Amino acid sequence: MLGKLDWSAIPFDQPIPLIAGAIVLVGILAVLTWVVVKGHLPYLWHEWITSVDHKRIGAMYILLASVMLLRGGSDAIMMRIQQAIAYQSQGYLPPEHYNQIFSAHGTIMIFFVAMPFVIGLMNLVVPLQLGVRDVAFPTLNSVGFWLTATGALLVNLSLVIGEFARTGWLAFPPLSGLSYSPGVGVDYYAWSLQISGVGTLVAGINLVTTVLKLRTKGMNYLRMPMFCWTTLASSLLIVAAFPILTATLAMLLLDRYLGFHFFTNEAGGNVMMFMNLIWAWGHPEVYILVLPAFGIFSEVVSTFSGKALFGYRSMVLATMAICVISFMVWLHHFFTMGAGPDVNAIFGIASMIIAVPTGVKIYNWLFTMYGGRIRFATPMLWAVGFMVTFIIGGLTGVLVAVPPADFILHNSMFLVAHFHNVIIGGVLFGAFAGFEYWFPKAFGFRLDERWGKLAFWFTFTGFYVTFVPLYVAGMLGMTRRLQHYNVAAWRPWMIVAAVGMAVLSIGVICQIMQLVVSIRNREALRDRTGDPWDGRSLEWATSSPPPVFNFAFNPDVRGEDAYWDMKTHAKQQLLEHEVPEYQDIEMPRNSPTGFVCAFFATIMGFALIWHIWWMVILGGIGAFATFVVFAWRDHDEYVIPAAEVAAIDRVNLEERRSLVSLAGAI
Amino acid sequence: MNLLDPQGPVATANSTILVDSVFIMLAIVVPTIFAILAFAFWFRASNPKARFQPDFVYSGRVEMVVWAIPALTVILLGGVAWIGSHQLDPAAPVPGTGSPVRIQAVSLDWKWLFIYPDQRVATVNTLTVPAGAELNFQLTSSSVMNTFFIPQLGSMIYTMNGMVTRLNLRADNEGKLKGMSAHFSGDGFPDMMFDVNVISPLAFPDWVATTAKTDAVLNEDSYKKLMQQGIETGRPTYRLEDPRLFDLIATQHIPPGPGPELISDAGRPHSGGHDAR
Repeated sequence: MLGKLDWSAIPFDQPIPLIAGAIVLVGILAVLTWVVVKGHLPYLWHEWITSVDHKRIGAMYILLASVMLLRGGSDAIMMRIQQAIAYQSQGYLPPEHYNQIFSAHGTIMIFFVAMPFVIGLMNLVVPLQLGVRDVAFPTLNSVGFWLTATGALLVNLSLVIGEFARTGWLAFPPLSGLSYSPGVGVDYYAWSLQISGVGTLVAGINLVTTVLKLRTKGMNYLRMPMFCWTTLASSLLIVAAFPILTATLAMLLLDRYLGFHFFTNEAGGNVMMFMNLIWAWGHPEVYILVLPAFGIFSEVVSTFSGKALFGYRSMVLATMAICVISFMVWLHHFFTMGAGPDVNAIFGIASMIIAVPTGVKIYNWLFTMYGGRIRFATPMLWAVGFMVTFIIGGLTGVLVAVPPADFILHNSMFLVAHFHNVIIGGVLFGAFAGFEYWFPKAFGFRLDERWGKLAFWFTFTGFYVTFVPLYVAGMLGMTRRLQHYNVAAWRPWMIVAAVGMAVLSIGVICQIMQLVVSIRNREALRDRTGDPWDGRSLEWATSSPPPVFNFAFNPDVRGEDAYWDMKTHAKQQLLEHEVPEYQDIEMPRNSPTGFVCAFFATIMGFALIWHIWWMVILGGIGAFATFVVFAWRDHDEYVIPAAEVAAIDRVNLEERRSLVSLAGAI
Repeated sequence: MNLLDPQGPVATANSTILVDSVFIMLAIVVPTIFAILAFAFWFRASNPKARFQPDFVYSGRVEMVVWAIPALTVILLGGVAWIGSHQLDPAAPVPGTGSPVRIQAVSLDWKWLFIYPDQRVATVNTLTVPAGAELNFQLTSSSVMNTFFIPQLGSMIYTMNGMVTRLNLRADNEGKLKGMSAHFSGDGFPDMMFDVNVISPLAFPDWVATTAKTDAVLNEDSYKKLMQQGIETGRPTYRLEDPRLFDLIATQHIPPGPGPELISDAGRPHSGGHDAR
């Protein structure tokens, strides 16, 4: 009846996951009770859960990423503490628990923090920057988000029901095969990623289509803001790379469920095939994450320097070069597998070539600052912090791309420090910069600058105190994923890294405080103009938060930095009080398709993990039926009458005029 | 285990390339970081002396320089990578004094077995080698993947079941070193550290002779017991019965080692549920 599931699946003998699970459960119940008692449920259902508005979905992606950042961060804290005390002792985490933690940490941070954070920002911003009303497939967008949330839910479920993978975040066979990992851990891993992978793929398809097909009048490719370009590059990579991940995990699952032999030791299976396939996805994945961050920094550096981006066309070229080359370097993840010197050298050099367009980007940001009037608001702090940190990560990255150097650095703590250097220093700093920068646009009020700056300085310092010691430990021969060790020379560095982790945690607390303080002071921080940073692209041309239809009129773009252009040339027109002719606007209706579909996908995923076959069929039919019902819909749009559009837009225009006339007075 | 304190020619070459590459890159990274901080500071909005040039958004000369700097660096480093990859190919010979020592390493769950087919001895978790001689490693795994790595002797390499990888090293100085597995392989992974005793070439035959007198014999049966999952805290030594043992393992004539023992029916550690097959 319940497959492999019985009471022994609950880890009654392990206090840490049980207590953590209980706290989370109480938290969720408390929030749910509050929502129901206060009568917010209908609001949540109509305005958020079933929403197909790209801005709402973007915000929900970012909320998911933030919550999961706390989960992944807790794992990181536990690992740092373990390695600080597990010298000549077992520490406080037994291997089967420690191994789950580092596997979950990697999986969560990549798939459920970094991915939803950047996809959330792309969702929120790209349609606004392109001057359009929504993404190409609004309901599919909602489906994509909810399937990602399903994956996150399943990963967290493994904390209290069963176990998570103990194989590392890429679950290399044969260790992840049925023979060596007979538990449900790898199944939790694989099914979570299969389900959320579908979500990511549809998000990628959606964004590619949006950028290619839905640009406002005059928005040529070479007038698009840099963030749209990097979104395009990143989404193209998603569309090309995620199917590889899905296929690879499908083969692993066939091995585990149906006795296939793709990656087993026996019967002609080959683990080297898995290594190649997973990295053929895994390396582009790095650029899927970091390219949008590059886009964010381009916007931030240009806005806060009061200048257009230096060498825009060069930047476009660099972005697309990275997009293409990133597909040709996967082998550098396993130089030590015994490939010949020619193969190693070619992939090593290809990897270095990526450093060229990346270096160009750094220099172009540098020259954007040159001759600017730089305002050091929080997003700009993150941007400068990123440039300095990312160069160091780039240096160590090129270093491990030199095969003979990689022969002694592969899998070491040096490597761990390197990829955290680029992922924290690049992706996470970028996500935070984007969060600070576009928060006023999404919610209509700015974030508190004092707490924001504190958060930056603690995170920035904490990063170096945590990861410089890991570089050193790597140079001392320390390999990764050690639950305990007996080498005295490593110990002091592990202790310093744990201290750094504490500083990093203070940074995260400051971020939370910033949000709390800002929500409390939201009236004082209110952004009435829609343009709090003196921005340059179209998202600042509408109100904050934007109306559901984004723009009353599709903006007419006449050059790069469309909104800056309008501001400089059309101040006069804005003041002329002309009354535009408003028209009815058709917008997509909200739909519970995404939520219902994800509900059934959760059931199906859980049932597959535990071999509850009747439930698999139930979930599968449910999810499919949801699609069919949606496909047979009669009405998918509703009309916002011209009068309502006019009323909403008039308020926005009034605010802007008062701003412009104020500026004129000065 | 300091990578910058190499004890053999391979490690010396590895770390030289590492250090050289770092310095080549620092030559442009340091000025760049300095320029970022300097520009950010000088062009701050509150500095009245900084000249505001909002139209400085393109310059062909600057573009050429910014593409050229990283490109030139990469051309230089690409050369280092190409030459280094060939010279330091793990399978490339590392000439030494005296006759080379053949060593067949097998990663087990969770210990290292070192077979000396020519000397007819085998050891677990301790590798004894003569200083100055070329060490020809053939490596495989009894079950999951591992990586054979002695940091101070240089280049690491994967071990995989059903396959043989090759690695040539040399230890130049007598002394004690540490080796490890550098690829996560399960719960006992941290205990896969092993001792490396580099002894004088004159003492090596004595060590072989002493070890060959061990009562314990390594053959197919004792190997199958050894490859069960478990941690070996001692340093057992064996007489090698059949010098072809490694080939039997690598060609899977001896099937891959078993996974964890199944105790109960649920998904908890050390238990597995019903075999889906």
